[in-house]
Amino acid sequence: MAHSEQEVLAGLAEIVSEETGLPTDSVLPDKSFTDDLDIDSLSMMTIVTLAEEKFSVRIPDDEVKNLATVGDAVSFITSAQA
Amino acid sequence: MSTEPDVVITGLGATTPLGGDVASTWDAALAGKSGIRTLDNDWADRYEIPVRFAGTLAQPASERLSRPETKRMDPSAQYALVAAREAWADAGAPEIDGERLGAVVASGIGGIWTLLDGWDVVREKGARRVLPMTVPMLMPNSPAANVSIEFGARAGVHAPVSACASGAEAIAWGVGMIRSGRADVVIAGGTEAVVHPMPISAFAAMKALSTRNDDPAGASRPYDVTRDGFVMSEGAGVVVLESAEHARARGAKVYGRVAGYGMTGDAHHIAAPEPTGVGQTTAMRYALQDAGVTPHDVVHINAHATSTSVGDMIEARGIRAVFGTDADHMRLSATKSMTGHLLGAAGALESIFSVLALRDRLAPPTINVSQPDPDLDLDLVRDTPRELPQGQIAAINNSFGFGGHNVALVLTSA
Repeated sequence: MAHSEQEVLAGLAEIVSEETGLPTDSVLPDKSFTDDLDIDSLSMMTIVTLAEEKFSVRIPDDEVKNLATVGDAVSFITSAQA
Repeated sequence: MSTEPDVVITGLGATTPLGGDVASTWDAALAGKSGIRTLDNDWADRYEIPVRFAGTLAQPASERLSRPETKRMDPSAQYALVAAREAWADAGAPEIDGERLGAVVASGIGGIWTLLDGWDVVREKGARRVLPMTVPMLMPNSPAANVSIEFGARAGVHAPVSACASGAEAIAWGVGMIRSGRADVVIAGGTEAVVHPMPISAFAAMKALSTRNDDPAGASRPYDVTRDGFVMSEGAGVVVLESAEHARARGAKVYGRVAGYGMTGDAHHIAAPEPTGVGQTTAMRYALQDAGVTPHDVVHINAHATSTSVGDMIEARGIRAVFGTDADHMRLSATKSMTGHLLGAAGALESIFSVLALRDRLAPPTINVSQPDPDLDLDLVRDTPRELPQGQIAAINNSFGFGGHNVALVLTSA
């Protein structure tokens, strides 16, 4: 079953919060994973692995570098579900 | 005349089945309490494991660490960090250049929870689901590395692996770092997190574990004639080692000195102790010599004594052989009777017990001994603490590990 953008954002915020300790409400679409949320590449790969499982999608390794912001990831995951 | 610096202990930290910190652990030990409990899970029934009990932390690490910390560290590193933070704060969080600060934190087995979880993920979900932190979490140097990162220790990060002697060996290495001039302060200790069905099954397969399922608190009974194996336990013990000069300059509180160490190898058998105990006695002799302490100065011994039928008495005979008639005035304690066997953390925790015994002039009790082995020719402290003399006194802490690792540490009062 496909998740709405809203649901993907909420789910992704939970994953990011668990990984980083940041509150879920700080994980907003315009936030950059590296510059705003201070997520290193190992953490980013952890988040990708957990998101793939949670949303039953595949996020190709080549695609990860294009996911600069939380919004980029939400859009990719939402469309990849379809 | 030696120009090597004296090494003192200025901070203590622990998380154990007896308590979430050093104070509660030591109080429980002096009170003769057991930290061994029946496991509240269905492992034994599900996997037909013959052992249903272990020593589990009195305070879960999750209550002491942030959620990301618990997700990014194996329990073995989590326990080490909890103990290291306590030890560092206890030492007064010394101001020190990271180039002069070392970290030596050992584990006997390493990140086995992470290792086995990772393999489960591969089998059940495929390689793509394996988390990228798996290797940094399972590697046996992970506790040492996490401690070094936490405190900025850049003088050297080490993780000696010597099974159940690891924690004591870590302290010896820390002393060596300070003596050789590589560091002024070293955070040193051991950690272990193996209360997991696989290692319990594996140790049980060696017939190394007690199977006294109807009496978990009474299962660890070093020197008792009915002893039937050791009790698996978990936790961490960490000390802050410091050159005496550095400690004096900053007015640090000093618990005692790590005056010397001795380390030998049996080169005999991968698991069984060498029957004559010569490797153990040689380690004790080296430690005394290194410390410049005579057998007569030693008033207390925290024995390795895991509650196995063979091991306990090899050590006991070795103590008599090294100390001769001076053993008559030594108070012998086997604290694993209360804590169980913390494997790679045991030597570090027991060094903490030893230095506190010297400070408080109290040898902790050995519980569960109702019929001492008739061959035990030493003054065993049973059930309640016994006083130690005033003045300058010394204690010895033995730790031996599968593979033939023998480590003896000599500690002296402040």
